[in-house]
Amino acid sequence: MSPSSTRLRLDWVAPVLLPAVNLTVALLLSAVVVLLIGESPGRALRTLASGAFGDAESIGYTLYYASNFVFTGLAVAVAFHCGLFNIGAEGQAYIGGLGVALFCLGAGSWPTVLVVPVAIVVAAVGGAAWAFVPAWLQAHRGSHVVITTIMFNFIASSLMTYLLVNVLIKPGQQSPETREFAPSTWLPQLHDVVRALGWEIGRSPLNLAFVFSLLAGALVWFYLWHTRWGYELRAFGLNATAAVYGGIPPAATVIAAMAISGALAGLMSLNEVMGVQHRLLLNMPGGAGFVGIAVALMGRNHPLGIVVAAVLFGALYQGGSELSFDMPKLTRDMVVVIQGLIILVCGALEHALQAPIEALFRPARAE
Amino acid sequence: MIADTFLIVTLLAAATVRGAAPLVLAALGGLFAERSGVVDIGLEGKMLTAAFAAAATAAVTGSVWIGLVAGIAASVLFALLHGFACVTHQGNQVVSGMALNITVSGLTVVLGYAWFQEGGQTPLLAPGARFGPIELPGAAALAPLPVIGPIYREVISGHNLLVYVAAAAVPIVAWLVYRTRFGLRLRAVGESPGAVDTAGVSVSATRYMALVGSGILCGLSGAYLSTAHHASFIRDMSAGKGYLALAALIFGQWRPLPTLGACLLFAFADAVQLRLQGTPLPFVGVVPVQLIQAIPYILTVALLAGVVGRAVAPRAIGVPYVKER
Repeated sequence: MSPSSTRLRLDWVAPVLLPAVNLTVALLLSAVVVLLIGESPGRALRTLASGAFGDAESIGYTLYYASNFVFTGLAVAVAFHCGLFNIGAEGQAYIGGLGVALFCLGAGSWPTVLVVPVAIVVAAVGGAAWAFVPAWLQAHRGSHVVITTIMFNFIASSLMTYLLVNVLIKPGQQSPETREFAPSTWLPQLHDVVRALGWEIGRSPLNLAFVFSLLAGALVWFYLWHTRWGYELRAFGLNATAAVYGGIPPAATVIAAMAISGALAGLMSLNEVMGVQHRLLLNMPGGAGFVGIAVALMGRNHPLGIVVAAVLFGALYQGGSELSFDMPKLTRDMVVVIQGLIILVCGALEHALQAPIEALFRPARAE
Repeated sequence: MIADTFLIVTLLAAATVRGAAPLVLAALGGLFAERSGVVDIGLEGKMLTAAFAAAATAAVTGSVWIGLVAGIAASVLFALLHGFACVTHQGNQVVSGMALNITVSGLTVVLGYAWFQEGGQTPLLAPGARFGPIELPGAAALAPLPVIGPIYREVISGHNLLVYVAAAAVPIVAWLVYRTRFGLRLRAVGESPGAVDTAGVSVSATRYMALVGSGILCGLSGAYLSTAHHASFIRDMSAGKGYLALAALIFGQWRPLPTLGACLLFAFADAVQLRLQGTPLPFVGVVPVQLIQAIPYILTVALLAGVVGRAVAPRAIGVPYVKER
């Protein structure tokens, strides 16, 4: 049996079968937790699925959550391809949101067609800027990006609490949030866009940011696999020593990868700040940066896989709120448990399942 | 005026000691793991697990001791899971740690909500089911003395048992790591696992032992939060203390005594921040609370950047060891 045909048979195992098996294992483990608190896992799964996909409105909510996770998932994946683990998507998204909010507060009189492209740039620059310091330190001082991005999450959180409580808060108001932006700076809701085209879909927070997130996925795919810089990024991630020997500049590659990663995380704020809240709230990213880790791992760092995984997590979040409504013992925290277990099984334990499954599909060698 | 200042300083010192205790315990746990070459981002999750298990068990049994054992057991269980993923299956250590942290932050609330119906909390512990303050001998006798009396009474005496355990843990861990055969192997495994393997010592077994050590200490740290500092488990009660302990470990350059110093420094910053709360300082005016809260993280980044000192991590840290076949 020639190696090429072995590879051929494994082609669908790694990208399709493995994630499916991993997901099943993670869900089985979650089912154990559900049983442990005396509920029926089957009923929970049905409630979850109908809550996430039952009608047009719930699908809209699912995709709205998914937009966030596509952005943060892509962010984590780009860094992964360069051999870097960006745990700081949460903080980068937060600072991107700060940029978007400041811009929207100031651009109240601008027309929407002008606001949106500038806001995209501002969100990306905000996120990239927050990733730049850890990136520079990693590239030039060897400070491990895992630790520095964790620290930068906490620093971002402190900074934003300070700004929202003391500076940006709407006067005469108790809760730390900015005033509402002018409606001309809001991202159009998708149900309004679709109505203009003559169709009717259910009302939901789903907005143009979802379309942007898919575009971002396509751009990341093109950048990583069809440009010289993407090649350099991946080569550096696969084997830094060989890449440097091949003439790839290490510092520039690391900084570029982290900046793109941070920019993608920052873009998440388009959905949350401009699309839905129309103001900047405390703890705006709401854990989406960490969901991005799970999404990237499940999607095997490929944009297509990430979109699928993001929709799955969107479904978990949307279905999860339905679940807590129907089965009060299963709070939304159950979704966090499933998320953690998916990271465990798809990420940390990936080798544990990969080898036996691949062995199962590898044709017996002619000895 | 002087008496007031003295009182404030004494109270600040006492608050620093209390705040540093869980950090010291967790950071020393991390020291075991990281010195053996296993990244321990899961300190946070292990603390939270232990806090929940200890408070839940103490609430049900009414015994703080059974609670403590349960807390340590839960924490060790998660440490072993971390080992299963990254030592046995050579998984990514950071991914595994994050997975545990995220799982636990949900799981503790789900279980707490289902078992106790108090919105994710555990029932308030009766005084007998938590660690109370211990008056050291002589505190009353020394009390009348002008300076020594209050310092002894407030700063040294009157803490709960786990504070003293944390204090004792520093020399014990230092002795274990630097003066025993186990410690030598532990450090060697973190620097050059291949050499240790060649000498016939199991790399996996040593790393598992280190992780169990981390589990035990994080268990104590978590139990401190829910059964000594507070009287129940509250959702996300570790609130980043595990990451702070990790920062202290790095700031202390993976050595017990400097790590203790870092923990005291971070706890002092926290105590000052709680005390200040908007009080203006001479010359600088009101210092934002959030800035003081961010200081430990900024300091750690500065250290990692080589601005203040240089952090040299164990050489084999984060690299799964694959035994030659």
